[in-house]
This record gives sequence, structure tokens and C-alpha cells, in this order.
Amino acid sequence: MVQITGNEIKKAANLASLEMNEDEAADMAGQLDKILAYIAKLDELDTTGVEPATHVIALQNVLRDDIVLESLPRNEALSNGPRQNGEAFVVPKIVG
Amino acid sequence: MKLFEQTIHQLRDLLDNRDISSVELTNDILKRIDAVEDKVGAYITQNRQQALEQAAAADKMLAAGEGRPLCGIPLAIKDVMCTKGVRTTCGSRILETFVPPYDATVVRKLKEQGTPLLGKASMDEFAMGSSNENCAYGVPKNPWNTAYICGGSSGGSAAAVAAGECVASLGSDTGGSVRQPASHCGVVGLKPTYGRVSRFGLLAFASSLDQIGPLTRDVRDSALMLNAIAGYDPRDSTSVQADVPDYTKSLTEGMAGLKIGIPAEYFAAGLAPEVKAAVDKGIAALLAAGAEAVEVSLPHTEYGVAAYYIIAPAEASSNLARYDGVKYGYRNLEADNLADMYKTSRSRGFGPEVKRRILIGTYALSSGYYDAYYKKASQVRTLIMEDYKTAFAACDLLVSPVTPNPAWQLGSKLSDPLSMYLSDALTICNNLAGLPGISVPCGFSPDGLPIGLQIQAPHFREETMFQAAYNLELGLGISNKRPDLG
Repeated sequence: MVQITGNEIKKAANLASLEMNEDEAADMAGQLDKILAYIAKLDELDTTGVEPATHVIALQNVLRDDIVLESLPRNEALSNGPRQNGEAFVVPKIVG
Repeated sequence: MKLFEQTIHQLRDLLDNRDISSVELTNDILKRIDAVEDKVGAYITQNRQQALEQAAAADKMLAAGEGRPLCGIPLAIKDVMCTKGVRTTCGSRILETFVPPYDATVVRKLKEQGTPLLGKASMDEFAMGSSNENCAYGVPKNPWNTAYICGGSSGGSAAAVAAGECVASLGSDTGGSVRQPASHCGVVGLKPTYGRVSRFGLLAFASSLDQIGPLTRDVRDSALMLNAIAGYDPRDSTSVQADVPDYTKSLTEGMAGLKIGIPAEYFAAGLAPEVKAAVDKGIAALLAAGAEAVEVSLPHTEYGVAAYYIIAPAEASSNLARYDGVKYGYRNLEADNLADMYKTSRSRGFGPEVKRRILIGTYALSSGYYDAYYKKASQVRTLIMEDYKTAFAACDLLVSPVTPNPAWQLGSKLSDPLSMYLSDALTICNNLAGLPGISVPCGFSPDGLPIGLQIQAPHFREETMFQAAYNLELGLGISNKRPDLG
């Protein structure tokens, strides 16, 4: 039986860039416990030597010629940016 | 039958004979939307003005004799596919203001045929859900009984077709999200083979599982829609370079010589008696049409949900990392450093189910857990694929229920995510193996809720699947039933 702690949830939340207060983390830990306990059903199966599936259709490396095609004009590519200056997306300062 | 209740192929004749124009048809459906949308809530965004302009353009194509098979047919698009100039929210607050600068390949293909696009259909946020109750813009209702869920995640797409709010629609299916709402709403829902339809411009949930498919009023319409959207796309390297047949060709061929496999595991304990009764009737219809039935076994079916709830959230946790408030979508403009901006924008923009799945995926992929979860689930995925291979050595198609139960009452599973996940037990393995599957109406519960029958086929055998689906529909004779919404 898995027992996820609030701290483990907060660690995963941090990795996923999500905020989570103590109450939310405890709540989520309870839910994930139930879900992971169900997923532990997979341990009933002996999968020794079974190749993990990577793709459902047997595709080989998909290659194409490197041809320059028309791309989105810059103003359209920027059009959904919450902050942009006509040339680039603008974000809070990263380095001091 | 009223205009807004007709199928693509019925309307095709009316349009081609100039009995009606596409503008008249589009106006008729817009009037229907005005009459029932308050009760059903199938749309997140309506696109009325543009739809009428597209209809007028379609009428010109028809007058010039240039009408292709879908020309002038008004459709709805699940709000997970990019539509140039029309807001695409994915059912999420985080994309409330997102207006794509380009069309998804499927949308481009439909537009080229001259289809008016009525709007963006409701869905569970980022296609995560089985009841369409995880939507930031309201919950669509089942047109057969508005106290019930319409299913998910393509709930709006299914409800719109059932309610007469479009002629047909597109949805997307990652674990059953086209077939399950189609079953609950009494329409035909197709999930094509993985790679049959381009995913370019489909907002990614779980890239190894996602596939776009149509929801329609009958099987012939489903084939017509697949004809229009299938094919290789250089912009999606997982789309397959294989010829696209005319999927309407095989419909009328009868069932003689075809073996249908009945997988025991799909009829296990927990299957509602009314579902079993309706599916048994469907199987009898296929046998009456000349099919032979064989019993088959897919012994790893019961592990499908567990494997899926590692693989899908793992892929989602990576795909949804792009929603960081930089290039599109919601940003917390008050945050004064980048890390806080990411965190607060994501936390405010995503709903609870999306956060839950991102966390499951992140946890399963985090250091120390990879082998126990992701690798294990991928190995079980191999076992599930091998099950199908063995079964298809003994039969041409698999026939089963789509869901263990008919639609449930709104709100009744919301507090228990696991029970919601388990409702997809009969559709999920199909995605894990990348197979085509279709849900076709096969009856009603005593309460009048629709029940669907699922047909699955080997990769790229959609023609045989349609053939059986059409025979089923013909044998049962219920495809002209429509809900009464007043």
C-alpha cells in the first residue's frame, strides 16, 4: 500500500510548477493514495523480460527534406503573448 | 424529419438538388441552437457570423458545381482543435483568451470542403474527464435527459449532434472520449487508428494515445467524415503514409464470411443488465446479417485503466508544461519573478482534475519511481497489444459494450475520481493499442437513455469496422430516433 505524504505532493507540485498549500497537499495526497493503490494492481503481473511499448504503429525514423517553408509572421506568432513588445515575449527579469 | 435532424447524406441530396441552400440550412440550425442551447449547453464559443459567411461561400461552390461531399454541411469542432481567428479554450481558464493564428489540419481540410463551422464544442478541461463536468465554461447536459451527464471528454460534440445543434462534429479520443459520449448520447462515435488522422493543431493531452474522430447521426456520415479528415500530414510525423480508401464503399457488403469476436472480459461482473441486453441484441443483428461469432479472450483488459492512468498523466505532465504564461494563455501579471509567474499562472489557470493528473504524471516520472510506474505500465501496454494480436488471429472484429453503464446523474461521481476513471474500463485498451474503434447506438435503457455497442478492428481496418457498423445499424433500425427537447 502506497502512502504518499503531503510533503511528497508538495515536492511533485514544485517540480510541476504548481502552488499547493498544506490543506490542498493533504487533500491531494489522500486522492493520489487511492489512485496509486489501484494502480498497484499492475504488480500482480510478472513483466520480467517484457519489452516496454514505445509506439503502437511500427514507424521507422520519420525523415523529410529540410525545405524552408513559409512560417507565421512575427506579429501573428506574438499575438497571444500576455506581454510582448512587437519583437519578443516579455517576462519578468531572470538574472540580476 | 426536421431539417436540423437530418444526416449529412440526406442533406447532401437536398443541397445538391438545390432544394435548400447552405445558408438556409445554417440558419435553421442556428435557430435550433437558440431554442435548445440553454438546456443543453453544447458550445463554449459560437461562431455564427463566420458560419453564415462560410455557408454563403459553400452555396457559391455548389452553384459552380464544385461541391465536395461535405460542402455546405454545418459542423461543430471540439474546443481542443485550433481554429484560426476563433478562440480555442480547451475547456480551461488558462486558455480563456487564446485565439490560434492557424488552423488544425483537420479544420483546414473541412474548410476546404466548404463546411460552415458553427462553433467550438464543450469538453472536459484538456480532455481530462468522462462526464464533461470538468469544464471551466459550464457543463453540457444529455439531450435525452438533461439531469444526466452527456459523457466526456467530447461531451459537447456528442450532445450537439444528438440535440440537432450541428449536423456532425469532431471530437478527440485519448481513452474513450469520442466513443463514450457517443454511446451516452445515442450517436455514432469513431476513433480511427492512431496515425490515420493528423493531430497537427490538436492541443496535446497524451500524444501516444490522442486521435481525432467524428461524431455523427449514422454510420454512413461517419465514413463520409473520415474520408474528409484522414491521410498523411507532413506536419504530424506520427501520421501514417497509407492510402485513404473511400470508406463508404464497404458499407453495403453484408457480413457473410466475417468473424466477430466476443471478448469475455468485456462482459464481466459490473456490466449493467440493460447494457448487456442491448449489446446482445446488437450481436444478434450482426449474426442475422451473416456474421459468425467466436469467443475470444483479452486477459489483460482489467489492467488497462491502471496502465492508462500512469501513461496518460505522464505524457500530460510533459505536454502541459508549455502553459507557463509566456507565449499564450493566462499570466499572473503581478508576479515579479519568473518562477513565481510560472507557478501562480499555472495554479490559477488549471482546474483541479488537470492538476491532479499533472501531479500523478510528475510523481510517476520523478526520480526513483520511473521503473515502478512508467516502465511497468509500458510493459503492461505491450501485453495488452499482444492480447489483441492473439484475438485478431481468430476473428476480424471485436464486439462489446462501450461502457459498463448508461449515463449517470450529473454530480454523482464528482467526489470520487477513481470511480470516474473506472467508467472508461472498456474503451481504454483500444487507445493503448492504437486500434480503430466505433460506438454505434444499439438500444435504450428502461429510463430511455441510449446505449452503444463498440466494434474494434485491427490497425487500418476501418473499412471492415464500418461494414459491421452499417449492418448493425440496418438490422436494429433505431438510427432515426432523436431526443425530444421540446
